[in-house]
Amino acid sequence: MEPVIQIEGLCKDFRVGFWRRRTRILHPLTLGVHRGEIFGYLGPNGAGKTTTIKLLTGLILPTAGSARLLGQDLSRISAKQQVGFLPENPYFYDYLTGREFLDLCGRLFSLPIRLRRERIARLLHLTQLQEAADQQLRKYSKGMLQRLGLAQALINDPALVILDEPMSGLDPLGRKAMRDVILQLKAEGRTIFFSSHILPDVEVLCDRVGILVGGHLRDVGRLESILKTQTESIELTLQRVSPGLLTTLRGLAQAPPLEQPDGVLVRLADEERLDLALRAAVAAGARVVGVVPQRVTLEEHFLREVHGSAL
Amino acid sequence: MKITAIALTTFREAVRDRILYTILAFAFLLIGASVILATLSIGQEAKIVKDLGLASSSLFGTFIAIFLGIGLVSKEIERRTLYAIVAKPIYRFQFLLGKYIGLVLTLLVTVGVMALLVFALAWTVDGRWTPGLLLASALDFLALMIVTAVAILFSTFSTPTLSAMFTLAVFVIGRLSGDLRSFAEQFAGPGLRQALEGMYLILPDLSRFQIGPHIVYGLPIASTEVLMAAAYGLAYILVLLLVAIGIFERRDFK
Repeated sequence: MEPVIQIEGLCKDFRVGFWRRRTRILHPLTLGVHRGEIFGYLGPNGAGKTTTIKLLTGLILPTAGSARLLGQDLSRISAKQQVGFLPENPYFYDYLTGREFLDLCGRLFSLPIRLRRERIARLLHLTQLQEAADQQLRKYSKGMLQRLGLAQALINDPALVILDEPMSGLDPLGRKAMRDVILQLKAEGRTIFFSSHILPDVEVLCDRVGILVGGHLRDVGRLESILKTQTESIELTLQRVSPGLLTTLRGLAQAPPLEQPDGVLVRLADEERLDLALRAAVAAGARVVGVVPQRVTLEEHFLREVHGSAL
Repeated sequence: MKITAIALTTFREAVRDRILYTILAFAFLLIGASVILATLSIGQEAKIVKDLGLASSSLFGTFIAIFLGIGLVSKEIERRTLYAIVAKPIYRFQFLLGKYIGLVLTLLVTVGVMALLVFALAWTVDGRWTPGLLLASALDFLALMIVTAVAILFSTFSTPTLSAMFTLAVFVIGRLSGDLRSFAEQFAGPGLRQALEGMYLILPDLSRFQIGPHIVYGLPIASTEVLMAAAYGLAYILVLLLVAIGIFERRDFK
């Protein structure tokens, strides 16, 4: 099955500064996003996330390379028919009402009037904007604009939804609501591609992530496998530890065992050492209180990637 | 259909903007003041009302064309309202034409209202209709359509403020371009003459659309001149829009 987003060597140069020097913002990027997945596109500010999204939505034109959305080349306007897009910090026409703006969006997808009315009513309900529907947008709060942005991105019942920093600027309630909507969109069989630097949200939502640093794609894959390849440790907590056992453990552990109120904490490098430590503990009559594998968090991994590139 | 949707939205936005009513209020004030001024003159009342009325309608029409015109594209880029629109299945030329048509529609309504006001005032003072006033307003409207096209062209590659300044400059030179040409013919040396003639050829000759004095003083107007002016205006607008589309199609919205 063809990926929903297929990017082949897409890159972008901008001319910057007084001398209009050519600077590469996005290095040749090759990436595929599969049908029905939530793909998180991560990177620090200025990494080229928004540039990629602008290329995919036709706001800027590629310097080289190509991309296909739902099997259609980006340069064709029909490629956008099945795509919904929420820009970062969206801002719309001040003097239109929410309903009028959604109607305009529906017209741009050539939806017939009955379908537009039906969808607008449904989306206003989904985004809880019914009461503000006939107010002019200059009276909308930031959160309301973000919700209207989501509504306009869904007006064409898209198979692919592209969201640029959908969580930014939202309060915790708003972020929770946005997470719920994204999960619902996935449940409806849509593909979601979103950029973010709010990592906890990404960890909860994404099937796969791509990490972009300085215009280079550094890592792509399932969250578990990206994090699993990192060195992890295992924390073993024991009670009733005899001095002899403690000496054995000291030999096995990464760092000297810690005496804590609820027992002795031993940090072990891998499962082999865990095995040895457990056997010794059981033989010495100690009680095993906990075995907790320490995964590298996305945040730690992310920081490593970013710092690695800086070195 | 898509062009119409953009045009109607642009029109709707423009007529809800307070700036339009501020400009219109001043226009009405000035047109109304022409009646008071006219009472000061003896035997020239009708001429003053017509002359001042046409001039104010033209001046404020230009303000509207420039102030709303520069907002067409550069403000949309600056405020990023265009991001959500361009990402939808619409060609960029459709967006640009829709914006242009929407603004021309706004101008049509506002200039129409001002023209009718001048027309009615002239009738109350003069005691008879002067249909020529409507023709003068129609030609002036054509000149405003050119100014709007100039504004849209500048706003495809420049900031709102710069666009406004450029457009205003083109407008002023365009109004004077008839004089520019005669100056070149009579006084200038060969180098300057060529430069001035070049300027005359490139910049729009807006003085062609000024038939107000003819109407006010009841001088004859050749219908071929009016038709030539109309053809010139439409051709000029077409070229401006094509250039604007050419730039806009290649533009990156950073």
